[in-house]
Amino acid sequence: MTPKRKRLWLLLGSMGVLGAALALVLVSLSDNLVFFYSPTQVAEKSLPPDRRFRLGGLVEPGSVTKEDQGQVTRFRVTDTRRSIEVVYRGLLPDLFREGQGVVTEGSLSAGGVFLAREVLAKHDETYMPPEVAKALKDAGHWRDGAKK
Amino acid sequence: MSGYLAMGGHAFFVWGSYAVAVVLLGGLTVWSLADRRRLRREIEARGLERRR
Amino acid sequence: MSRPAANLHFLANPARFRRFVARVLPALWLVTAASLAGGLWLALVTAPVDYQQGHTVRIMFVHVPSAWLSMAGYALLAGLGASLLVWRHPLAALMARAAAPVGACFAAICLLTGSLWGKPMWGAWWVWDARLTSMLLLFFLYLGHIALTRAYDNPDRGDRAAAILALVGVVNVPVIKFSVDWWHTLHQPASVVKIGGPTIHPTILWPLLAMAAALLLLFVALVLMRTDSEIDRRRLELAERPS
Repeated sequence: MTPKRKRLWLLLGSMGVLGAALALVLVSLSDNLVFFYSPTQVAEKSLPPDRRFRLGGLVEPGSVTKEDQGQVTRFRVTDTRRSIEVVYRGLLPDLFREGQGVVTEGSLSAGGVFLAREVLAKHDETYMPPEVAKALKDAGHWRDGAKK
Repeated sequence: MSGYLAMGGHAFFVWGSYAVAVVLLGGLTVWSLADRRRLRREIEARGLERRR
Repeated sequence: MSRPAANLHFLANPARFRRFVARVLPALWLVTAASLAGGLWLALVTAPVDYQQGHTVRIMFVHVPSAWLSMAGYALLAGLGASLLVWRHPLAALMARAAAPVGACFAAICLLTGSLWGKPMWGAWWVWDARLTSMLLLFFLYLGHIALTRAYDNPDRGDRAAAILALVGVVNVPVIKFSVDWWHTLHQPASVVKIGGPTIHPTILWPLLAMAAALLLLFVALVLMRTDSEIDRRRLELAERPS
C-alpha cells in the first residue's frame, strides 16, 4: 500500500465515522430541532398549560375574526387533520392570509385555546406572477403543480 | 418610475439586499485586486523573476 | 497513481496554472461583467412580481445564488482539503486560502439578504430554525477556516489544520440542504433543486438561473485570481525565510 492510498483510506474511514456520528446526533436531537409542532403533534403530546412552544400549520379558511377594533385576531390553525384555536393581539405579518402557512409562539390556556405572543407567516415554495396564479385559479388547476 | 423604485412599499428590503451584495462582492473584488497589485510590485522590487 | 479530475490535473503545477490564469482571466472578467449586467437586468427589470410576495421576490435573485455558492464553496474547500492531505497537491492549499473569503462573503450575503427578506414576509429578521441555524454555522465554519490558515507561523501547518476543518465541516452542507425536509422549519422547502422539478414559474426561474450563472462566473474569476496572488505571496514568504 502506497502512502497516498493509505492516506486516502484513512480519510474515507474518518469521513464515514464522522458521517455516522452526525446522523446519530441528528436523529437523537430531531425532536429539539423542530421549529414548531403541528396541531396533531400538540394533541398527541398533551402539553401542559403555560408551557411555551410554537404551533404551526395553515390558517383555516373562513376562521379569521377580529375583535377589539381589529387589534385582536382569532383564527384556527389546522394541519387538515386537527385544528387549534388561536388568539393573538398585535400586528400580523404581510403574508398572514387564510389558507396560508403560519407559525405562532405562545402557550395553551386551560381551555385549550392557544394564546399567541408572536405570529410569523410561513410561505410555500411556489413562485409565479399574479396573472399566472389567477389563470390557474380560473382554470381550476390551483395547486396541482405545488403538491410535493 | 417612482412606483418602481418603491418596490411595492418594500424599497428598503429589496434595494437593501442588492446594496449588501454590491458592497460585499465589490469590496472583496477591489481588495483582491489591490492585494494582487501590491504582491506583484513587491515581487518586482525584490527582483524575483516571474516564471512564464 | 489515481488522478482525481484527471482533466484538471495539469493545473496542479503552479507554473502551468499561472499561464492558464493569465490566458483565461481577462476574458473571464469580461464575460462575468456582461453576465452580471444581463442578470441584473432580468432580475430588476423584466422579472414579474410574485403573486404572494410582490417585489420582495427580487431578493431571491441574490439570496438563493449566494446560498448555493456558499455551499458549493465549502464543498470546494473540502475537496481541496482532501487533495492536500491525501495527494499533497502543491496548489490545493493555496486555492483553499484564496477561496475561503469568497465563500464567506457569499454566506454573509445569503444571511443578510435572508434577514432583509424575512422581516417583511415572515415578520421576523431572524428565527432559530434548522435552516437558518445551519446556514449561520456554515458562515462560522468559513471564519474558522480563514482563522486557522493564519494561526500558525509555519503556513503548512495552518493549511493542514484548515483542511481538516473543511473535511469535518462539509457534513454541514447536506444538513443545510435537507434541513427543510427533515424538520419543521419556518423556511420553505426547496424550489429549484427538488424531485418533480422546480415550483417557480419560468418567468421568475430564468432570472434566478441567470443571476446564479453570473455570480458563479464571479466566484470562479475571484478564486482563480486570488489563487494566483496566493502563489506570489508564498513565493515572497519563501524568499524572506532563510533556507
